[in-house]
Amino acid sequence: MIWVDTIVQGVLLGGLYALFAAGLSLVFGIMRLVNLAHGDLIVLAAFVILTMAGALGLHPFVAVLIAAPVMFAVGWLLQTYVLNRVLGDDILPPLLVTFGLSVVIQNGLLEGFSADSQKLSAGPIEAASIKLGPIAVGVMPLLTLVSAIVVIFALNQLFYRTKLGRAFRATSDDAVTAGLMGIRPRNVFAIATGIAMVVATIAALYLGIRANFDPTIGPARLIYAFQAVIIGGLGSLWGTLAGGIVIGVAQGLGAAINPEWQILAGHIAFVLVLLIRPRGLFPRAND
Amino acid sequence: MALLRLEGVSKSFGALTVTDNVSFAVEPGQALGIIGPNGAGKSTLFNLITGNIAPGAGTIEFDGVDVTRQPPMQRVVAGIGRSFQIPQPFTNLSVYENLLVAAQFGGGRHRDVGGFCMDILDQTGLAKVADNTSGSLSLLQRKRLELARAMATSPKLILLDEIAGGLTEGECVALIQTIKSIHAAGTAIIWIEHVLHALNSVVERLMVLNFGKMLMIGDPAQVMASPEVKEIYLGIDV
Repeated sequence: MIWVDTIVQGVLLGGLYALFAAGLSLVFGIMRLVNLAHGDLIVLAAFVILTMAGALGLHPFVAVLIAAPVMFAVGWLLQTYVLNRVLGDDILPPLLVTFGLSVVIQNGLLEGFSADSQKLSAGPIEAASIKLGPIAVGVMPLLTLVSAIVVIFALNQLFYRTKLGRAFRATSDDAVTAGLMGIRPRNVFAIATGIAMVVATIAALYLGIRANFDPTIGPARLIYAFQAVIIGGLGSLWGTLAGGIVIGVAQGLGAAINPEWQILAGHIAFVLVLLIRPRGLFPRAND
Repeated sequence: MALLRLEGVSKSFGALTVTDNVSFAVEPGQALGIIGPNGAGKSTLFNLITGNIAPGAGTIEFDGVDVTRQPPMQRVVAGIGRSFQIPQPFTNLSVYENLLVAAQFGGGRHRDVGGFCMDILDQTGLAKVADNTSGSLSLLQRKRLELARAMATSPKLILLDEIAGGLTEGECVALIQTIKSIHAAGTAIIWIEHVLHALNSVVERLMVLNFGKMLMIGDPAQVMASPEVKEIYLGIDV
């Protein structure tokens, strides 16, 4: 029974990793931009929620409703005034700029909030659990996975059913030709990064309720996010969810064998998937 | 008033002048053909008109507005549609979605955008493959999609870049019919083409480009009969 429990907990943890990764996957899929500051932007979003909750006395689930549009604006401005300037045929400039941004965000948060650990307090729901047959499942982890599924479903609907989504896909295929259809690729990119930051804010909510956070934990979240995206196959959002779950389950199983093996097991699973399927589990057909 | 007017447009890449002081005008609904040897600057001229490259000198006016410094998106919305020599469909989108993108962003206003796109697909013979991904199309179908997608932007002027190249005789005849019907509906056309009989069956005027310079422009029969064109374009000694 312990194994079933471990796997279920791993799947639920995978929901959190999928939320970390969905924004990264979205941005990479549309503009081939690898955002090395994604983890730090999630942490920044957690601090925004924390500040809103503290200043206005709001529950984190309410504070996130204010933080999300703020982070959308941050993403939009970041793309319009910084990242659009460095996007081009050469992939190095955006890598360097986002790496620099990562350092800037970490130090800015250290300056503003100190290195103390923080936590979003959600009240009794944090400890609540429901019984599913023989095992007990935490309400928060369950909510995290459900949120991840809803977010990825919503992003897919956006991609395949809306005018904006078609603009995303057309621009992703060929930005120059998209321009000749009247699409403004730079606007499209700015909206995409804004949406990615909204997803990052949702991830930040569950990150901050689940565990302590401080200004320096971004890069580790980035690694999990990267692994989830690559395991799932670049450009596939459902693949990203699957990737997050693979890492979550691997970490859970690793921890069940030996607590020291938790993180290592996730990395090993990542390498194994790459050895067997170098393009990930659900690669996009045309790339 | 001319729909499109170029005045003294020049473009150089380093020491190479690819467009050299070109001036001409296209009236609304008129069809102009452009011929010239490879490297004469024909596609560059299209890139200048669509705004993908900026001229070094001169002005481009479209529909009474100076568009010389406007980005491509603005010119599409104003009514300049373009099909590429090498088809560049959005390969991850279906044929129908390719048109939908063009129709929704390209400046046309439609109450029933889906029906509008289906009409164009019917007209260009692509209705059967509407739901296929455009990456799976044959060459003829891709060329038709280029044309269909340009039409979906509701252009006043459509730029066709060697759309008949690489097609069989039968395919070419069908394509000419489609282009004639677009022209008959009142859309102005500028058409770069090496397949001269196809070109001359549609256009009212013909321009010859050579080394970036406009050699002559006028009635197609007269242009084709002139000794300079025979010498430079067809390589015949006179």
